[in-house]
Amino acid sequence: MAAAGPEIERLIALLAKLPGLGPRSARRAALALLKRREQLLLPLTEAMADAGARVRPCQTCGALDTCDPCAVCSDGSRDGRLICVVEEVGALWALERGGSFRGRYHVLGGLLSALDGVGPEALRVEELIARVVDTDVREVILALPATVDGQTTAHYLADRLSGAANAISVTMLARGVPVGGELDWLDDGTIAQALRARRPV
Amino acid sequence: MSLEAHVAPRRPLRRLTVTDFRSYERASLSLDGRAVYLYGPNGAGKTNLLEAVSLLAPGRGLRHAPLVEIGRRMPGEAVGRAWSVAAVLDDPDEGGDGDYRIGTGLESPGSVRRTVRLQGQTVPPARLSDQIRLVWLTPQQDRLFLEGPSDRRRFFDRLVHAAEPGHASAASTYEKALRERMRLLTEARDAGRAVDGAWLTALEAQAATSGAALSMARARTILALQAEIEGRADRPFPQADLSLTGEWEQMALSGAPEADLEAKLARALAVGRERDAGAGRALSGPHRGDLAVQHREKDRPAAECSTGEQKALLLNLVLAQAARLSRAVSAPNPVLLLDEVAAHLDAMRRAALFDEIEALGLQAFLTGTDEALFSDLKGRAQGVHVDAGSLTIAEDR
Ligand SMILES: Nc1ncnc2c1ncn2[C@@H]1O[C@H](COP(=O)(O)OP(=O)(O)O)[C@@H](O)[C@H]1O
Ligand SMILES: [Mg+2]
Ligand SMILES: [Zn+2]
Repeated sequence: MAAAGPEIERLIALLAKLPGLGPRSARRAALALLKRREQLLLPLTEAMADAGARVRPCQTCGALDTCDPCAVCSDGSRDGRLICVVEEVGALWALERGGSFRGRYHVLGGLLSALDGVGPEALRVEELIARVVDTDVREVILALPATVDGQTTAHYLADRLSGAANAISVTMLARGVPVGGELDWLDDGTIAQALRARRPV
Repeated sequence: MSLEAHVAPRRPLRRLTVTDFRSYERASLSLDGRAVYLYGPNGAGKTNLLEAVSLLAPGRGLRHAPLVEIGRRMPGEAVGRAWSVAAVLDDPDEGGDGDYRIGTGLESPGSVRRTVRLQGQTVPPARLSDQIRLVWLTPQQDRLFLEGPSDRRRFFDRLVHAAEPGHASAASTYEKALRERMRLLTEARDAGRAVDGAWLTALEAQAATSGAALSMARARTILALQAEIEGRADRPFPQADLSLTGEWEQMALSGAPEADLEAKLARALAVGRERDAGAGRALSGPHRGDLAVQHREKDRPAAECSTGEQKALLLNLVLAQAARLSRAVSAPNPVLLLDEVAAHLDAMRRAALFDEIEALGLQAFLTGTDEALFSDLKGRAQGVHVDAGSLTIAEDR
């Protein structure tokens, strides 16, 4: 039923790949874009081309930015002895919104999951170990979800980190905070509280 | 022969409304807090209504059915409608308008998750346990003592869950960690390479923490249920001697601290890697635990008892749990669902069951095809006639 023509169908098919959009909502989104060409479609095209040309993952921490190292990694006023490990960039943004964390980050790019075929080599684990070994990191905070995959990854990283450098402390966010949930959903006060109440793994 | 003064349930269901739920297009029932007996011909929709109530607890309800099967379907339709179950309880808050609304159902016909709302707010299903606790017994469980341990485990874990809602998340963490571990072990074996020790240890640590919590919760429940049964030794039900036969539950019952269980389970998993990889499953752990029930007077295991005696033994457990919960003032009110329970019980035991439900002040839902089965309940319970998906409250005589 390709009543819309190949260009529009391709647009819909691509939109449907976005998180939170199914085939039906992708259709609605495509229609909204096409109907509002000047206000929506063209500015969006431009913004996407711009982001595509300029935004890259930071080689150091994995955050997304137009410069490499990213703004956080190159900010000399931030505490380089403190690294907060997050699953995805979304969690980093949530912590930055909260504004209470003054260290640097490390984005893993996922969580260990044998059933989904995600092993340590698919995550930025070696990069983390190298960072901790090469620089004067004192504490690694594991801000990972309280799901089985999140906690497995936390245990795994704690084990690898303690084997790589024995002078660092590895901590986790306070229990009871992100139960099965993602950091991005938490309000800023809760995040600040979870950071303050962190505990050793 | 009521042994205790009548007590009313603390916070009973006041109203129940189902929409596009199995055989019901829409039906509503006002409840006065007493027990409810539902009668009507086979296929009338009695079990369907009990299932609707059972979905006021987290999980898949008393039929353990897939969500899309529950929505009302016309013959030949593959996917059911978006169904819902709505209930009203008394509002525990003084300032409220008196009603506390619980709702659950599918937002659209193909939804993979059900939505749960408390007072209009969407919340995770686990939060249902803050408001109401469900305990049930169905004819599917009649063969529980005759078949393999997995159904018995599930039955018992549901009872534990009614008292300790955290039990469900411990169980799912434990299962997931074991599945992940098994995948790592078999993949490494199939690829002929060494396993990633740090990853496995991380998974085993989680399996050990959750597995120890599981075993402890089961042990706590079995001790509490046995104590409850001893405390009601004068009833005309067969006395049950309960035990848990699994190695880890035995350890928990012997008083070992949870930390010891956890450490020992982690060690057992680490030592058992090769063996488990060969077997294709974990050979030790609380997932292998089992419930054993003995008929005290006959000194026989439940499996060697008559069908009616087995039913009475199960009823013993279920009632004991409901009784505990109804006394625990800080816990939400328990609701007891007994599907076709009258069928296997002789008149004396049936009367005893009704007396007990009344004495405990339980809001129980009982079903049977024949109104006469409930004649002893007339006047002390609400009778509801169920026919072809419609509900009629019977005259109180
Ligand atoms: N998803 C559904 N849509 C419509 N009818 C259903 C659905 N699921 C079950 N039924 C019907 O419900 C009836 C069974 O109701 P049930 O509550 O088990 O009867 P009983 O009163 O004997 O306990 C059957 O006639 C069955 O066809
Ligand atoms: Mg039935
Ligand atoms: Zn960076």
